[in-house]
Amino acid sequence: MTRIIDKTAAELAAAIRDGDLTSVAVTTAFLDRIDAVDGTVKAFLHVDREGALATAAEVDAAVAAGEDLGPLAGVPIAIKDVVVTKGLPTTAASKILEGWIPPYDATIVERIKAARMPILGKTNMDEFAMGSSTEYSAYFPTRNPWDTGRIPGGSGGGSAAAVAAKMAPLAIGTDTGGSIRQPGAVTGTFGAKPTYGGNSRYGLIAFSSSLDTPGPVSRNALDGALLHEVISGYDPRDSTSIDAPVPPVVEAAKAGANGDLTGVKLGVVKEFKEGADAAEPGVVAAYEAGVEQLVKLGAEIVEVSCPSFAYALPTYYLIAPSEASSNLARYDGVRYGLRAGDDGKHSLEEVMSLTREAGFGPEVKRRIILGTYALSAGYVDAFYRKAQKVRTLIRQDFEKAFTQVDAIISPTTPFIAFAFGARTGDPYQMYLADLYTIPANMYGGPGVSVPVGLSEGMPVGLQVMGPVLGDDITYRVAAALESTQDVLLADTAPETEGK
Amino acid sequence: MTKLNTFEQAVETYEPVLGLETHIELDTRTKMFCGCATAFGAEPNTQVCPVCLALPGALPVANRAAIEATIKIGLALNCTIASWTRFARKNYFYPDMPKNFQTSQYEEPLCEDGYVEVVVDGEVHRVEIERVHLEEDTGKTLHVGGTTGRIHGATESLVDYNRAGIPLVEIVTRPVPGTGALAPEVARAYTAELRDIVRSLGVSDVRMEQGSLRCDVNLSLNKPGEEWGTRTETKNVNSLRSVERAVRYEVRRQSALLDAGERIFQETRHFHEATGETSPGRSKEEATDYRYFPEPDLAVMEPSREWVEELRASLPELPRKRRERLQAAWALGDKDMQSVVNADAVDLIEATVAAGAAPAGAVKWWLGELSRRANESGAELTALAIDPAQVAELQAMVDDGRLNDKLARQVIDGVLAGEGSPAEVAQKRGLEVVSDTGALETAVDEAIAANPAVADKIRGGTHAAAGVLIGAVMKATKGQADAGAVRQIILDKLS
Repeated sequence: MTRIIDKTAAELAAAIRDGDLTSVAVTTAFLDRIDAVDGTVKAFLHVDREGALATAAEVDAAVAAGEDLGPLAGVPIAIKDVVVTKGLPTTAASKILEGWIPPYDATIVERIKAARMPILGKTNMDEFAMGSSTEYSAYFPTRNPWDTGRIPGGSGGGSAAAVAAKMAPLAIGTDTGGSIRQPGAVTGTFGAKPTYGGNSRYGLIAFSSSLDTPGPVSRNALDGALLHEVISGYDPRDSTSIDAPVPPVVEAAKAGANGDLTGVKLGVVKEFKEGADAAEPGVVAAYEAGVEQLVKLGAEIVEVSCPSFAYALPTYYLIAPSEASSNLARYDGVRYGLRAGDDGKHSLEEVMSLTREAGFGPEVKRRIILGTYALSAGYVDAFYRKAQKVRTLIRQDFEKAFTQVDAIISPTTPFIAFAFGARTGDPYQMYLADLYTIPANMYGGPGVSVPVGLSEGMPVGLQVMGPVLGDDITYRVAAALESTQDVLLADTAPETEGK
Repeated sequence: MTKLNTFEQAVETYEPVLGLETHIELDTRTKMFCGCATAFGAEPNTQVCPVCLALPGALPVANRAAIEATIKIGLALNCTIASWTRFARKNYFYPDMPKNFQTSQYEEPLCEDGYVEVVVDGEVHRVEIERVHLEEDTGKTLHVGGTTGRIHGATESLVDYNRAGIPLVEIVTRPVPGTGALAPEVARAYTAELRDIVRSLGVSDVRMEQGSLRCDVNLSLNKPGEEWGTRTETKNVNSLRSVERAVRYEVRRQSALLDAGERIFQETRHFHEATGETSPGRSKEEATDYRYFPEPDLAVMEPSREWVEELRASLPELPRKRRERLQAAWALGDKDMQSVVNADAVDLIEATVAAGAAPAGAVKWWLGELSRRANESGAELTALAIDPAQVAELQAMVDDGRLNDKLARQVIDGVLAGEGSPAEVAQKRGLEVVSDTGALETAVDEAIAANPAVADKIRGGTHAAAGVLIGAVMKATKGQADAGAVRQIILDKLS
């Protein structure tokens, strides 16, 4: 018999709606799973058993009363700690926000609550979403459920590991340069970075405002699509939010599951195959096997040229830190969070400085310094402004490519999950994890990562990128790829033992 | 410190170049980037929310009413309105600025290239406007425990964020050369004109004493034919009178330094209301690099041409037009009207006339007695504790013969002392003209009896001698008699 925690979110929602399972039973099963294995995986920074069960009980009462509930009502969810939750600690995995309890909910959290989804807790991440391994969490690293000696990706390693280890059927991630997709790839889960502006950023603790995008983490494309539709749509509180209909991603995921991609043109980026930073052979092999499957389903593969993609990584590391240096200026100990050195002996300026010295970790400091430098008088033209120009070129590359193809595919990340400590010594080696994911952020279009196979026993992801507001095509292709797998890759993860 | 030159000495040798940066708080119902209220004087930190406190995750949304008001100001200042404009972040750390950056505008202001014409001494001065942009105000910091009220030496700092995020329009002039000895007056006249224009638009209450209009005065000196000098920027110049004084002081100070062969440092200076002096603040040379960049949290603004034209068509009568209209209605000569403008009395007189006073009477009180009182106390005319309705009431009492000018001045004393309306003051202080003929006749009889020789002269036809008896009666009635009536009674009795 399948355990509750083995079911997909869609199955759980149906079971709850039909009265076959109660939300309390479902929520309890995941909470118990957290108790059992999170001592090992360490995906959660905070678990809210009481709150989750209270919501679950309300859902059960509503079901009993015959109320018509939303498509994910009663299905529990984990939320990345960079998303603000009223009354629940929110730290962005930083010491500088330790103990801060937000007085308000992010828009996507309001929507999750309106959809009556019990919130299990807040997941671990690289501090302020800066990192690709979750090793830069100020609290502790999260382990990859496939191999606890390896990283779960980052920055959203907690959300991905929670779903991979079946501690949550769904999770919220945020993606600035790959923080949903890359952890998805290395943990064998599905992750989607929606179109920028498609999902509200209100209540998302900002790393890089022009890039940050919240999105779903799940076991498969359909579950991700269901969550995508719960959280998406125009929000007047976010002036970068797009006032347009939400792309029909659930419909697209269902269509894709039929396994027919006839007439779909998929682009492969010529420049991704070249260059010294190409993907490792095992990743390439798994990816190419996936491409073959897609061709079998009727997709046509077309090579597209995106010459500016070669500059995406350095461009990203100018724009994102520049915005971050300004976004993180508010953490000064004056109004909330950590305050250091306030002993009457230090000046206000010194207190601010000591607070930031004590409260920020090494990667955050590195990026604040990088960004401050890139915006400085005398350097801004050579760095920040030039990066903006290159960003425009990258956008144009995408726009041109989408006149030729419906979607672009690539490996999600060049390498499988690496061992702890393997890349912390050299920031550039860490940054390479996002080589293939960053272009979509620079452009603003959607990108999903779907498990495609294994390399050295570790999961490999295939990325599908679409045009702005073309999220549906990415889900369709991902679901089609899933339809070629006898068993969902996510379901083959080794059973994590509790410790 | 070098001894100051007199202003006259200074402008003999040097030519001042002015520059004015004015910040105006808009009186929109809500803040620039959130829905918080903007009322002045609320309990500290009661008009705040996640956005204006810069809580993690909060995002701004621009206030359309503030954009509209800024466009109106730009149009009234003859500016070009941008068709593509955006906000920028100005990064620097200060505790009353919650985000540690100010959302402002940098290379793409909403309005550019305008001008204002002001008249000083019958001469028109054109002050060119470089830009008008929209930004947000900071909170207010109160430094406790120091002797100066400034951050240095304070033991504690309290921050009120009610003001943080109130829409602020910054209006920057181009350098204004060629004003010579009139520089202080031109600076004042420009500020007054700007204030009147903005007030006429109904987008701000522009009250300098409440800080809803704040001025920074830039000034440099150069010798004729030489390049412009290094400028100083004097902050916190918060009344029209102070604008004039700040310019005057900087001209004197800088000229003395230049005379002594010293150099002027580009620096921020603070104006001191009490002494009329300026003192050095933060030096620009060690000032922060603001690291401006486009605000990624806010959409670009593209005001449509139709909207701009709609706003242009909706502009009300601007102050210059209005002054011309009022001058005609009040039948004042150019010189008198200029005096009214210089005394900042246009609104006051208009309101006084609206309250029923004849224009001549209204002008007389505000430019005469009340201006004198304002000067004596070093206050602005508008700050006097008497309002136009009260002045109209006072004038009505004079017109009715209930007060004479001397009594009216005493009534003003009472009103300014907060004793109530003119009628109440007159009653409380017993200042009504004595019109009781019986009482006056008794007083006249007493005066005749006490001055028989004078009485004989009058009887003999020397009517001018009545003055002595009138004086005596006025003394006896403590000035409350109507001198005309007294004269008539005397002449009736002695002819």
